[in-house]
Amino acid sequence: MARAPTASAKPPRGAGPVAWMRDNLFSSPFNTALTLAALGLLWITVPPFINWTFINAVWSGETRDVCMGPETGACWAYIAARLDQIIYGFYDTAERWRADAVFIIGAIGIFWLATPGLWAKRAIGAFMLIAYPVISYVLLSGGMFGLDVVPSAKWGGLLLTLIVAVTGIVASLPLGILLALGRRSKLPVVRILCIGFIEFVRGVPLITILFMASNLLPLFLPEGLVFDKLLRALVAVALFSAAYMAEVVRGGLQAVPQGQYEAAASLGLGYWRMMGLIILPQALKTVMPSIVNTFIGLFKDTSLVSIIGFSDLLGIIQKGNADPEWSTPVTATTGYLFAAAIFWAFCFSMSRYSAWLERNVAGGKAGAGKT
Amino acid sequence: MTANANPATAPLIELSHVSKWFGNFQALKDVSLNVQTGERIVICGPSGSGKSTLIRCINRLEEHQAGTIRVNGVELTHNLKRIDEVRRDVGMVFQQFNLFPHLTVLENCTLAPIWVRKMPKAAAEKAAMEYLDRVHIADQAKKYPGQLSGGQQQRAAIARSLCMTPKIMLFDEPTSALDPEMIAEVLEVMVDLAEGGMTMICVTHEMAFARKVADCIIFMADGEIVERAPPSAFFENPREERTKKFLSQILEH
Repeated sequence: MARAPTASAKPPRGAGPVAWMRDNLFSSPFNTALTLAALGLLWITVPPFINWTFINAVWSGETRDVCMGPETGACWAYIAARLDQIIYGFYDTAERWRADAVFIIGAIGIFWLATPGLWAKRAIGAFMLIAYPVISYVLLSGGMFGLDVVPSAKWGGLLLTLIVAVTGIVASLPLGILLALGRRSKLPVVRILCIGFIEFVRGVPLITILFMASNLLPLFLPEGLVFDKLLRALVAVALFSAAYMAEVVRGGLQAVPQGQYEAAASLGLGYWRMMGLIILPQALKTVMPSIVNTFIGLFKDTSLVSIIGFSDLLGIIQKGNADPEWSTPVTATTGYLFAAAIFWAFCFSMSRYSAWLERNVAGGKAGAGKT
Repeated sequence: MTANANPATAPLIELSHVSKWFGNFQALKDVSLNVQTGERIVICGPSGSGKSTLIRCINRLEEHQAGTIRVNGVELTHNLKRIDEVRRDVGMVFQQFNLFPHLTVLENCTLAPIWVRKMPKAAAEKAAMEYLDRVHIADQAKKYPGQLSGGQQQRAAIARSLCMTPKIMLFDEPTSALDPEMIAEVLEVMVDLAEGGMTMICVTHEMAFARKVADCIIFMADGEIVERAPPSAFFENPREERTKKFLSQILEH
């Protein structure tokens, strides 16, 4: 918090924790009051939370009876009993290895691409962008290569959340870049189309777009041309986040000095090479925090698909909460806490990764030339 | 290339009655200028006289609205393909260097040869190192532009242009953004280039440089070419009143 200006000289090195506390926590009557108030607030909230979440929690048990005691904290036994469903939704139990395979390939691929210095990035990247979605689709829906069909209505839980989020993230960045370039295009038709799309989508809540995709679209399309409902939801999420991404990227494009465009143009690079090699690398790096912010927002927005009848991570937990078999006073709270923890773990990882990337991307320390 | 281009006699750059407006402000007024292969032109004039606009029209960083510009026989029109064709043959050095900050000096130099000229990477790097050596910063090749001094950055920018083996080099006030002690090192490179026979158009106020290398000095004011003359005549015996006033102002100090 803001430190009140003090006249005291900077303490010598190695002054120890007491001196640090005096300087940072108790430097003035006002700061002392703030420190005490903050400590008081923590004292009121943290110990009961720890008690409820860990100390008084029930960790194992087969039925709801274990969580019925008056002093019971979180009912982790309920989460343990439902963990399979939370991860896979209603995906057929015998076929869950297929979802596992999708998880594992995805995790290895993302880890490989995210770790600097590993070889064959281009090949792995192309595999993850082109082959992986196809492989995942074939594995998850089946109907080919002797795999039984598992309709998308049965997909759920973390599996579904990740499918929606990853599709949205992967599709929204390139789409957003194209929209941002289109919005700054000199061609009037392209520009007006892009502005129209961006402003329309940004002016409508995601829920509305999801409803349109799930309920209205089939009414407009001729019989037999109706796509899978999940596919429609995926397209809706991707387009929605692309509009937001476009505005983020546009901000980055505007931050690149005019001289960079001119230098690239004067070398005869042409529009696409100028953008791809010179302008976008700088623009995207500038807005990296905002891009990740949009990704994080998108990841959490995926829970809205539960409203159009999908059981994503949050949706499946909500269904579980209503299940009389596990109905206890603490079931719902435990379920929501668990959902929050999962969402937080994913979003926090993205945030940390982007912060790390910002510090370490090549040229990061070099800074821009005088412009 | 157009059919009627005749490389033996046709000027490398041919501006004929070029005019350009920014809104209602006329930046260039009926400017005509021919530059022959190997010729070295220095353009000077007060700020706002249109000298930068003039050379920026030559590689179409600015669009002229009247008159014709031909570069190497190719007329600049809205044809984007031809514009890129012209730009490949015309190197440009900017006041603010405009190096690409996310690429190393070497990558700055090899980018266009690799992507535009389709040179193999190794050949492009070899050529780039030769040009970097020529501007005396071969030892900085692996650094990023932000790690270099202004003079080094400008020399890197010159090398970057040379890597495209241009037929013409345009310099837009290349030393104006530099600290005084770095001007000499950049001018030295430019003199070397001029002596190597490069066709050059320089917008600069470095009159000693102009005297040393220019075949012809052009003085511009208010969007017009006021006077053009060889250096000796230009400095010793200027004809126009505006030229005399300008020279007295910049030669005073």
